[in-house]
Amino acid sequence: MKSQKFWAWLVFILGGAYFIVPLAATFEFSLRMRRGEYSFDAYASVFADPYFASSFTYSVIVGLFTIVVGILVVVPAVYFVRLRMPWLRPFMEFVTLLPLVIPALVLVYGYIRLYGSSSLIPFTGSVLGTDILLTCAYVTLALPYMYRAVDNGMRTIDIGTLTEAAQIAGANQLQIIGQIILPNILIAILSGAFLTFAIVIGEFTIASLLNRPAFGPYLVGIGTNRAYEPAALAIISFIITWGAMGMINVLGRFAPRTSARTD
Amino acid sequence: MAAFLEVSNLVKSFGTNTVVKGVNFAFEKGEFISLLGPSGCGKTTILRMIAGFERPTSGSIRVDGEDLTHLKPNQRKLGMVFQAYALFPNLTVGDNIAFGLKIAGMPAEQRRARVEEMLKLIGLPGFEKRFPYEMSGGQQQRVALARAIAPKPRLLLLDEPLSALDAKIRVSLREEIRAIQQDLGITTVFVTHDQEEAMSISDRIVVMNAGNLDQMGSPHEIYNRPSTRFVATFVGQLNTLPEATFGPSRAIRPELISLAPRPETDTTLTGTISDVGFLGSVVRLRVDVAGTPINIDTFNINTATPPQRGDTVTLHLAAKDVLTLGA
Amino acid sequence: MTDTAAKPHRRIPWDSLAVLPFVIFAVMFLFLPTLSLMGAAFTDRTGNFTFENIAGLFTDQILAAYWISIRISGASAILGALIGLALTLAIIRGKLPQGLRSAVMTFSGVASNFAGVPLAFAFIATLGRLGLVTIILKTVFGFDMYRSGFNLFSFWGLTLTYLYFQIPLMVLTIAPAIDGLKKEWNEAAQTLGANTSQFWRYIGFPILWPSVLGTLSLLFANAFGAIATAWALTGSNLNIVTVLLYNQIRGDALQNPGLGAALALGMIVITSLANVIYLIVAARAERWMK
Repeated sequence: MKSQKFWAWLVFILGGAYFIVPLAATFEFSLRMRRGEYSFDAYASVFADPYFASSFTYSVIVGLFTIVVGILVVVPAVYFVRLRMPWLRPFMEFVTLLPLVIPALVLVYGYIRLYGSSSLIPFTGSVLGTDILLTCAYVTLALPYMYRAVDNGMRTIDIGTLTEAAQIAGANQLQIIGQIILPNILIAILSGAFLTFAIVIGEFTIASLLNRPAFGPYLVGIGTNRAYEPAALAIISFIITWGAMGMINVLGRFAPRTSARTD
Repeated sequence: MAAFLEVSNLVKSFGTNTVVKGVNFAFEKGEFISLLGPSGCGKTTILRMIAGFERPTSGSIRVDGEDLTHLKPNQRKLGMVFQAYALFPNLTVGDNIAFGLKIAGMPAEQRRARVEEMLKLIGLPGFEKRFPYEMSGGQQQRVALARAIAPKPRLLLLDEPLSALDAKIRVSLREEIRAIQQDLGITTVFVTHDQEEAMSISDRIVVMNAGNLDQMGSPHEIYNRPSTRFVATFVGQLNTLPEATFGPSRAIRPELISLAPRPETDTTLTGTISDVGFLGSVVRLRVDVAGTPINIDTFNINTATPPQRGDTVTLHLAAKDVLTLGA
Repeated sequence: MTDTAAKPHRRIPWDSLAVLPFVIFAVMFLFLPTLSLMGAAFTDRTGNFTFENIAGLFTDQILAAYWISIRISGASAILGALIGLALTLAIIRGKLPQGLRSAVMTFSGVASNFAGVPLAFAFIATLGRLGLVTIILKTVFGFDMYRSGFNLFSFWGLTLTYLYFQIPLMVLTIAPAIDGLKKEWNEAAQTLGANTSQFWRYIGFPILWPSVLGTLSLLFANAFGAIATAWALTGSNLNIVTVLLYNQIRGDALQNPGLGAALALGMIVITSLANVIYLIVAARAERWMK
């Protein structure tokens, strides 16, 4: 028993070191811009760069659209499949696993071939079209996470019973979804939303191949041209990711507990 | 004859919370002992200390003359059955039963024979290739019993093995456990919060209350001569008698009150029936005696009309049946 | 579940309509692009069916790219799974303070998403030629990592970097499985005479095995498809298959669109294979599951 605890501590400390040291080193590095003393010059330089603000804003906006489209695509589908079409579940499970199996790079290659300017649906023919394609690509990328979050949320609240209760009370389909189901799975949806945001905000591959001025390609550009700013940006990105994940944690405390009957 | 299982001055504290407060008992080989009490009384903690999962704060546990107190659980040669079966889900029924034998290094051929013998004993011959999930709760618990007794343990520990089962299976399995226990003559400690279960199955019962041993004795002694107020109220039904007639802290079992005079009757009470509960072989009447509710159990008589609500009845009691409740 | 018999004519189209966006999405952004690539992989410049593109994959450069990708993904998946498992066992079953557990789980959620470009920056600042650890080792301990053969922009450098998101991903996916190991199984094994290592050998690991394997295939695919970290870290220095394909998509580096499609198809085949191997092994290992 003693030795078990010793090994546990050893593993924990070694693991902790592996994860903490790069963060500490990066932070230290980001402070070294001014010769001979620590300063926040690198951060000041990052924030002063107009491309930082514009690319970050662009990614945030795309991220918000991704979340909205993702919710519209996933929530009704999960609800009706759970309620009326359980035979479609294996199909949904399969579809939502695909983005984890097919690399994003391959998917975007397919998009460029399929939706080029000379195709039937020329997404990449215009700037707006490319933005829409980028958003849809991100929805696809986040599909596994959004699906799992919403599916877990609906399982927890036992939507079958809730829906029956609302029907007996005389609610119609729209009222049931809008006033009963959505408020109850709001926390789950928000968790999925923040996860989506964390994935989308620094995404590089798809944005760069679609030539959009997003935060990910901006980061790579800085990485090749500057010395200290990349470290500052890494710390900033880490804090943004931490913020998104922290929100999920905070929201989790307000989530409804599992109801007695689950399927 | 020397005691086979001997627990002396056993104390267990978790931080400042003492859950077992100096318990002593000794039992002979082959006895079926129940540790009975409400949840939180310390009965499960005692069982887990005997098994070795909890270390006693002080006191000792001896089995067959050997001091187990400081042995690891896997050195104690005990068998244990858990409330939620705890069968290994990745092993077949046969491999589950053979697990202890395999660890002990028994050759495969002998293991197979022993497994077959065990399956016959628990009435599930031919089930060795099944997986636990393919069986009902009652079947799983019988396999868990077979797994525990296959290595011929010195002591069998049963931790509320019936509470997860349906009422019907609970009764039939407890009879089966008792039959197998008597067949093998294995000393058994059974933890339960169900007094009816404890009464029906045990040679002797230890009634626990808030970390203390309140009474130890045969089911007959425990029921008819409860030594504390707690034992009297926890085991069986009890009516508290009106203080004005009988004095303070007097009580009587429902089946010892009769509606007709008996030779030993020396006291009568008059009341009105407020409720009639038909339980099959027994009819339970609730009688209001000047504001004190008293329950009476009478046998069902198929030819007679049962008493009705609102009837006025006379209750016949004998002073020798009245219990005086102590502290 | 509910009585659809009452108004079948109104309800069924309604329901299908709600699922439609999802299905359209799956078709437009998952199925069609994949199928189009598959088609292109078997089509020559004039639009005729050909195996030439597939055959074109078997050149030294392309095979080497696949091979180094497979090695990096395999190494980071296996190491990530082993270290992640050890870490999870330590925080869940190692009797460490309860607070550590939630701290590690929260951090894992962050670190598993801290991938891509910023991660590369962090490792350059740590283990690059001017990184803090490199410099401390050189000035304090007199140990020059880069003289001793270490290079962040190499196989082991990239593997070490990938572990930063692989380990947390393992922790997050395997923790529920370890939580599912009932305390009573361990206790039952103990009363039957088993010691700790016998419990893990016969009971604990066999029960965890399918989950570990499933996570392993997830980690493999995760690393195999990754490009941002590698791109920011090494640029085009390291010849991994994602970098090769990226260059192909940008500027037709292979000078043959059909070959590019074949390259992409090869990637799908490899990640699918990892999943199929998992499904087969798991089906055998999970006979005892419902």
